[in-house]
Amino acid sequence: MAGLALLGLSVGAAPPAGAAGGTVSLVAYSTPKPAYSVLISAFDETAAGSGVTFTQSFGPSGTQATSVTQGLPADVVNFSLAPDMNKLVSAGLVASTWGSGPTKGIVTDSIVSFVVRPGNPKHIKTWADLVKPGVQVITPNPFSSGSAKWNLMAAYGAQLALHKTKAQALAYLTQLLQHTVAQPSSASTALQTFLGGQGDVLLDYEDDAIYAQNQNQPVSIVTPPETILIENPIAVTTKAADPTAAKAFVKFLLSTEGQTLWAEQGYRPVLPSVAARFDFPTPKKLFTIDGLGGWTSVNTAFFDPTTGKVAAIEQSLGQATSG
Amino acid sequence: MTELALRTTPRRTPHRRRTPGERASALVTGGWGPTLAVTYLSLLVILPVAAVVTNAFSGGWHAFWLAVTQPQALAALKLTLVCSVLVAVVNSVAGLAIAWVLVRDDFAGQRLVSAIIDLPFALPTIVAGLTLLTLYGPNGPFRVNVAGTRIGIVLALAFVTLPFCVRTVQPVLAELDKETEEAAASLGASHAGVLRRIVLPSIAPAMLAGAGLAFARAIGEFGSVVLISSNLPFKTEVASSYIYNLSQSNDLPGASAVSVVLIALALVLLLGIGALRRQFNVTEAA
Amino acid sequence: MKKRRANWPRLSLRAGALGYLALLIVVPVGSVFYRAFQHGAAAAWDAITTTDALHALVLTLVVAGIAVPLDTVFGVGVALILARHRFPGAWLLDALVDIPLALSPVVVGLALVLVYGHTGWFGNWLAARGITVIFSVPGIVMASAVVALPYVVREVLPVLQEIGTEQEQAARTLGAGRVAVFRRITLPSIQRGLAYGMTLTTARVLGEFGAVAIVSGAILGRTQTLTLFISSSIENLDPVGAYTGSVILALIALAVLGLLALTSPRERRSRWPSRSPGSPSASAPLSPSTA
Repeated sequence: MAGLALLGLSVGAAPPAGAAGGTVSLVAYSTPKPAYSVLISAFDETAAGSGVTFTQSFGPSGTQATSVTQGLPADVVNFSLAPDMNKLVSAGLVASTWGSGPTKGIVTDSIVSFVVRPGNPKHIKTWADLVKPGVQVITPNPFSSGSAKWNLMAAYGAQLALHKTKAQALAYLTQLLQHTVAQPSSASTALQTFLGGQGDVLLDYEDDAIYAQNQNQPVSIVTPPETILIENPIAVTTKAADPTAAKAFVKFLLSTEGQTLWAEQGYRPVLPSVAARFDFPTPKKLFTIDGLGGWTSVNTAFFDPTTGKVAAIEQSLGQATSG
Repeated sequence: MTELALRTTPRRTPHRRRTPGERASALVTGGWGPTLAVTYLSLLVILPVAAVVTNAFSGGWHAFWLAVTQPQALAALKLTLVCSVLVAVVNSVAGLAIAWVLVRDDFAGQRLVSAIIDLPFALPTIVAGLTLLTLYGPNGPFRVNVAGTRIGIVLALAFVTLPFCVRTVQPVLAELDKETEEAAASLGASHAGVLRRIVLPSIAPAMLAGAGLAFARAIGEFGSVVLISSNLPFKTEVASSYIYNLSQSNDLPGASAVSVVLIALALVLLLGIGALRRQFNVTEAA
Repeated sequence: MKKRRANWPRLSLRAGALGYLALLIVVPVGSVFYRAFQHGAAAAWDAITTTDALHALVLTLVVAGIAVPLDTVFGVGVALILARHRFPGAWLLDALVDIPLALSPVVVGLALVLVYGHTGWFGNWLAARGITVIFSVPGIVMASAVVALPYVVREVLPVLQEIGTEQEQAARTLGAGRVAVFRRITLPSIQRGLAYGMTLTTARVLGEFGAVAIVSGAILGRTQTLTLFISSSIENLDPVGAYTGSVILALIALAVLGLLALTSPRERRSRWPSRSPGSPSASAPLSPSTA
C-alpha cells in the first residue's frame, strides 16, 4: 500500500496541506471525539471549511486545559466545564470575553443522567433511589474529573430544587458518597468501570450515555426529575495560527447544520430552533450552575482539596470506614 | 587457569590497584565517556527530579509539609506502602518458587514458561488493569470479585512486579553449588534443613534485591492499579493516583510534594539494595 | 546429577508455581488475545489498520527506534564506567540509574514538563531556538528513554564485574587498540546480558503509557503512540481496537524475546559473583536456558 509508505515518511511531518484552507488545531475533552470526526467531515464539505486541515487532541478536560497552558498548540478549545476555560483566560490564551457571544460561549449542552443496567432492575428513578439500601453508585473522582463535579452539583442542586435546606442537601451528598463504590479518575474510566460490572448506577453526561447506547453497550438511561444543565464551553484562542479558519469552524459548530449534527450525536443543541426538532427528555426541574452560585464560588466552596465541603465528606467517610 | 583465578580476583575489579599505565589511559579515554553518560543522566533523570523537588518546595517548607500531611495524602501513602510491602513479600516467595521450578525442575515447556514471565513488561499498564478488572472483578468468569479491595490492588501490583522477583533469584539459583547441598543431605540433613541452612542464605540477598525492586516499582504503579482499585479517596486510592488527581486540579506543587516523598522512599530503597549488592560482592571471596 | 527426591513435594511446588503464573499472567494475557479476536480476525484487522492506528504504530516504532539505542549506548557506557573505574560517588550513580524504575510514570511526565515545557526551566531557551520537546516527538522519546533507562545497565554491569579484565588487559598488552578490545572481547562477553537488557528496554518503551500521556498532548496522527491509541480506544468503547493494539505490542515484544532466544547460546550469565573458580567465560553451560 502506497499509503503505508507515505505514513512511514509522514510521522512528525505536517499532514499534506489542502487548498489555501489553513490548519486548525483542535484541543477538546475526551467525550466528543467521535462527534468531531463527523463534524469535521461535514465542515470539510462547506465552502468555508473546504481544504482546512485539522490536528485533534482529546483527553480529560482538566489535563487538556493544563496542557494548553504548557504549550500544547491549540486554535480551538472545547472543554467540559467553564473553569477549565478560565484556566486559559488566566494564562492569557483565551480572551476574557469568550462568554459574551450569542450562546454565551457554549457549544453544546447536556444533563447529568443516571446510567443503569438494561431494564433498570433496581428501579432507579429519582435521586432518593440512589441512596436506598443496597444501591451502589459510581461517579468519577471529584478532584480530577469535571464530570464528577457536574454530578455532585446536580445531586446537591436537586435537593435544593426539592426544597431541602442546604444542610440537608449536604447530608444527601454524604449519603450519596457513602453509596459510591468507585471513583475512577475520569468520566470515561467511570463508564469502563460500570461496564465492567461494578455498581448499579453510573452518574454521567447524557451524551456519553447516549454514545454508549449507540455502541450497543448494555445500558439504559434514566433522566432524573431534577438535574443540572451541563454547558460545554468553546473558544478560539488568542494565539490561533489561522484565526479565520478557526473562527469559521466555531461558527459552523454553532450553525444550524453543526448543531443538528451535534444533536444527532446525543448532545443537546444550544440553538432553540434545532433543539425543537429533537426529542431530548425534559427533566421536571432543570437548573444551572449559575443558580448554585457559579463555578468560581462552587469550586472553592465544594471542591477545594483541603477546605472544600466534598473533601470534608470524603475524609469523614474514609476515616469512618478505614482499616 | 587456576593460578590466574588466584592471582586476580575479577569480582574486585573496582577495588583492584591499577598500574600507572592503566590509570593514565583510563583518564584519557575516561574523559568523554563519563561526561557523556552524566550528561545523558542529567537531562533525563537528575534535572527532572530536581525540578520536581524544586516545585514541591516552591511554597516553602510549610507548604510542602502541609501538602504531604493532608489526610488524603497520608491515606494514599499509607495504602500504597502497605500494598507494596505485601506484594514484595508475596512475590518474593512466589518468585522463589517459580525460579526453583525453572531451575531445579525439568518438564516440557520450561522455556515457554520462562518466556511468559517477562510478558507483563510488554503489556501497557492500562491494558493490564482493564484485563484484571474484567477477569477478577464483578463480571469475571471465576466468580471472584476483588475490585475495590486491597487484594485487587495487590493483584495488579503482583502482575507488574513478578518478573523482578523471578529474574533476580533465577541466575543465583542456577549457579548454586549443589555439592554442598548434596553433602549436607548425605550427612543426614532433611530437605527443610538443607533449604533453610544452605540454600536460603545463598539466595537471600537476591531475594531481597528482587523484593526491593518489586517494592520500588509498586509504589509508583498507576495504570494497572487504578481501575481495579476503584480509586476511592481515603480508602483505595493509591499515591500515584492521588498525585495524578492533584496535577489535574492544577495543584502542581502539591503533586510534586507527594512525588518527592515517593522519590525519597525509592532512593533510600535503591541505595540499600546497592549497598547490599556491594557487600555481597566484597564478602564473597574465592 | 539430580538426587531423586520424593515426587509429591516437587510436583506440588511445580503445580503451585505454575498455577500462580497461570492465574496471574497467562489468563490475563490470554484474555487480551481472546478479546482482540473475539469478533473475528477481519474486525481486528480493520481496527488496527485505520489511519490513526497505523500512525500510532509507526510513531511507536520510531520512538522505540530512537530511545532503545540511546538507552543501550548509555547503558553499556555507564556499566563500563561503574565496573572498571573507581571514583567517589559511584554508589550514587548506581542508585540514580535505578531511580526510573521506581518513579511513577505520572511523576516522570510531570518532571519532564517542569523542565522542558513552555513554562519550564528550559522553556524559554528552547522556544528561542524553535525547538519543541513537550507535545512533540522528542518529548515522547525522552519520556520513553527515561522509564527504560536502567535495564541495560542492570543486565550488563554484573556481567562486566564478573568477567574481570584479564582478557582485555591481555589483548591490550598484545597491542590491540581500545576500540578493538571493546569490539572483540568486551562486547561478545556481555552479549547475553546486553541482548536481554535491550529486550527489556524495548518492551518497556513499547508499553509506556502514563509518562507519554502527559508529555505527548495526544495529538492524533502526530503524537499519539500505540499505547495512547489503545487508551483512546478504550474510552471510545472500541474494545477491539484496544485489545488488537495490545496484541500488536505484545507480539512485537515476544518477537524480540524470541529473537533473543534463537540467536544466543544456551548459557545464562549470573548476576551475582560465581562461586566456582576459574575463568568464568570458559565455564560450562549452566542449568536450563531461559528465553
